[in-house]
Amino acid sequence: MLFAFFKWCEASWLGKSISGSVYMFPVIEAVHLLALAVIGGAVLIVDMRLVGLGLRETPTSQVARDAEPWLIWSLIVMLVTGFMLMTSEAMRCYYNGAFWLKMWSLLFAMIFTFTIRRRVAAKDTVTPAVAKLTAIISVLLWSGVGIGGRGIGFY
Amino acid sequence: MSLLSFMQWLESTRLSVAFHESIWSFPIVESVHVLGLCLFLGMAVLTDLRLMGVTLRRVPVSEVFARVLPWTWVGALIMVCSGLVLFLNTPVRYYTNIFLRVKFVMLFLAVLNAWVFHSGIYRKVRQWDRQLPTPIYAKVAGALSLLLWGGIVVAGRMIAYNWFDQR
Repeated sequence: MLFAFFKWCEASWLGKSISGSVYMFPVIEAVHLLALAVIGGAVLIVDMRLVGLGLRETPTSQVARDAEPWLIWSLIVMLVTGFMLMTSEAMRCYYNGAFWLKMWSLLFAMIFTFTIRRRVAAKDTVTPAVAKLTAIISVLLWSGVGIGGRGIGFY
Repeated sequence: MSLLSFMQWLESTRLSVAFHESIWSFPIVESVHVLGLCLFLGMAVLTDLRLMGVTLRRVPVSEVFARVLPWTWVGALIMVCSGLVLFLNTPVRYYTNIFLRVKFVMLFLAVLNAWVFHSGIYRKVRQWDRQLPTPIYAKVAGALSLLLWGGIVVAGRMIAYNWFDQR
């Protein structure tokens, strides 16, 4: 079923227009990278605060509240541009190990971020150990997304 | 020695050849460059957005700079080091690459913008630390920085594409 979906993506109007154009892939890729800078900041500023670094004089809950809209909107841009890039080379992605590393990391990163991490960051009463563990898991999961993503181009 | 012949010499060094021929070196250093981008630009974007008064509005500007700027520097160090190592891959090609040149011009302007900001209006930050909306000059400095860094990212990504390479 997944195979059929990837095949359909590559044959779709969107996939064909991107792969058929010289400039579309690089331009979408550049937007993907610009959103990466925003999501990187929105994720790290909260994880750093959870570990006790960065904006230490501001409560974690407030840092998380301020960062959340930037996290959500940059994630939406990432998902949309990422999907567009995928359609243009869907079959290559299907057989690409780095792509699947990215997708699994992304799935777990999103679930973790919007359930456990969101709750931990909203409370300013969690123990330092719990806060630190949450931040480390978050950074590791999102790093997996980044490393996998960069790897798609190489393998 | 001209800059071009320096690049040719650099490309002939054992270090450059080894880096170029290695299967893993480029992807690993490139990944460090991309993850470093998250730290460096993530922090820079947040600082710029705070200067524009659109996020972290209740945190004083001086606190954002005191707490975030050290991490921006750590990110900058990672970016410069990994970037220089990446340059070793194909020095002559990068040297003649139009996007790399555009990137360096914008890098210069971004650093200049930060320097003008820090040696000028930031010295009086106590007067507008919590002021909202932020003063117009803070907004301009933040917006200019965002534009330049965004341009640097785009130009940097485009270095990989060989549309204008000399063959």
